[in-house]
Amino acid sequence: MGSRGFLWFLIIDIMSKKNWPLWEIFVRSKNGLEHRHFGSLHATDAEMAMENARDVYTRRNEGVSIWVVESKHITASNPENNGELFEPAQDKVYRHPTFYTLPDEIKHM
Amino acid sequence: MKKNVYQYILSIADNSLILGQRLGELCGHGPNLETDIALTNISLDLLGQTRSYFQYAALLAGDDKTEDDIAFIRIEREYRSILLVEQPNTHFGYVIARQFLFDVYHLLFMEKLQFSKDETLSAIAKKGIKEVSYHERFSSDWVKRLGDGTEVSKLKMQEAINDLWRYTDEMFHVSASDKAMISEGIGVDVVALKERYYAKVTEVLSDAMLEVPEGKYFQKGGKEGIHTEHMGYILSDLQYMQRSYPNMKW
Amino acid sequence: MSEENIKNLEEIFEARIARDEKIEPKDWMPEKYRKTHIRQMSQHAHSEIIGMLPEGNWITRAPSLRRKVALLAKVQDEAGHGLYLYSACETLGISRDELYDQLHSGKAKYSSIFNYPTVSWADMGAVGWLVDGAAIINQVPLCNTSFGPYARAMVRVCKEESFHQRQGFEIMLSLCRGSKEQKAMAQDALNRWWWPSLMMLGPVDAESVHTEQSMKWKLKRKTNDELRQQFIDQTVPQADLLGITVPDPDLKWNEETGHYDFGEIDWDEFWQVVKGHGPCNKERLSARVNAWDEGKWVRDAAMAHAEKKELNKLKEVV
Repeated sequence: MGSRGFLWFLIIDIMSKKNWPLWEIFVRSKNGLEHRHFGSLHATDAEMAMENARDVYTRRNEGVSIWVVESKHITASNPENNGELFEPAQDKVYRHPTFYTLPDEIKHM
Repeated sequence: MKKNVYQYILSIADNSLILGQRLGELCGHGPNLETDIALTNISLDLLGQTRSYFQYAALLAGDDKTEDDIAFIRIEREYRSILLVEQPNTHFGYVIARQFLFDVYHLLFMEKLQFSKDETLSAIAKKGIKEVSYHERFSSDWVKRLGDGTEVSKLKMQEAINDLWRYTDEMFHVSASDKAMISEGIGVDVVALKERYYAKVTEVLSDAMLEVPEGKYFQKGGKEGIHTEHMGYILSDLQYMQRSYPNMKW
Repeated sequence: MSEENIKNLEEIFEARIARDEKIEPKDWMPEKYRKTHIRQMSQHAHSEIIGMLPEGNWITRAPSLRRKVALLAKVQDEAGHGLYLYSACETLGISRDELYDQLHSGKAKYSSIFNYPTVSWADMGAVGWLVDGAAIINQVPLCNTSFGPYARAMVRVCKEESFHQRQGFEIMLSLCRGSKEQKAMAQDALNRWWWPSLMMLGPVDAESVHTEQSMKWKLKRKTNDELRQQFIDQTVPQADLLGITVPDPDLKWNEETGHYDFGEIDWDEFWQVVKGHGPCNKERLSARVNAWDEGKWVRDAAMAHAEKKELNKLKEVV
């Protein structure tokens, strides 16, 4: 599909939306910490998602920064592939410091 | 002097009280959960401001008066809120129009009140500005969504703006006690806010593809304690417990 | 997938739960697990938002500004909790709108307790103290339930709800330390809310259909009867402290069992309310349906507005 065709595809996609889409909300509790997934909510666009996130998820002073991402933009790994994705890392013990033995005299390394 | 400040506080605080009360009616009945929660936050902000004002007023009044005596134990003529804030939640368009028409004024007002020579009022305003500027953004965004949404929403939003327009001018009236407060450097000269108010309102309405009403006939009276027919019903709810069971602690 | 394969998967699945592993939305799960969770989480969510109504009823009439803001914040929390729980449901591939349809059509259930009317200010105290008290007993174990999104939502709910019961008890305390009329108001509220609160913990174990399966999936940690006993044991001393009387002539401390014995619950009343014939079933449901129907033009307008904005952006590119 050409770029024009793709844009029309997007336009049709937008026109066919009926319900407020779902957004995932990430909140940084205080500076120095990472944004953490807090939950989700519905909103028509990013601006509204931001306002709703503020009203829904930071009522008790829980945050200093908010990220909002429309849920459909998140690609998640499939648990069926967990074997090939994650198990090969299990036996690579040499990636951890405890794999290496040091003489007792050395206290900090 | 003290008495004037007291009266002046009522004229500010009653707006927050009555609008907070109106929004409180909606809790649990909003168009969806997110919007319900957002409107309740605004109501909580307004009632929080109300409490700060009345606690200060109670201090000025002496005689062991409490914030609740001031909030609940007055007759209708003694409430100084403007007519706009007591208008009913006819539909969501009215809720947003009322909020928007008030918020724009409220923010301009708070921005001036923070420079009041009265330290307490200035402190309340400084804290309140952050809340009210969020309210203004929230209600302006919704005016645009509804004005420039569907055919139906445009009609409803325009209807609400047209209906409530006649209550806007009252915000810029100065009562006798206001005058004294302004000259003392305690009160805000609301007349000076008028031009910026209508400019801002016009800007948002035109972004929202809505017409600025041409009505030149305005209603007034709230600031003198003469209210619309709605006020009695609001007060019957608000005062129900205090009137049925006087002089008790809750 | 062959039947044997599925059986195999189910065994692995059950073993994971038994090992206290959490199940996440994209994991394979038996269809029954999915359905049960959608049902329970959505019932829970519906209960939160229907639960806003009996208390919302008193927001405009709260007797002091302090009580008014506390009540408003509490009812707002319930909207938040409904939202968290609907979101947890949505991870299983059902939309909030579909769940609303189930509620509005009467197909889905919610906690029957909210079909009782709140007729005095003391009911705000009794609901917070008793109804939230019973709810907490049910909810705390769910923070550790097997389905990850449900457990996480419940952690947030429980954390936020910690003020709800206190808020209710404090209302009761003020009334009981107040005038004669106030104390009578508190007693009257206890009289009306006591039995429905006991019923709220569910039918007796012998008649409860879901208990065994729910225990396995950690949707339940204790049986209804155990929960009820726990609730009574912890609540009766609180009533004593308030100086009001639990409306049960058979209620007495049993030294031998270390629990309170209590009288017969009117289960006919319970089933009548569950089946839709309680004092406020119709009012509660129609309030929700009205809010939703009257909000439609608003939701549609907001969506249309966002689409227009997005289209304008795209048109600039094209």
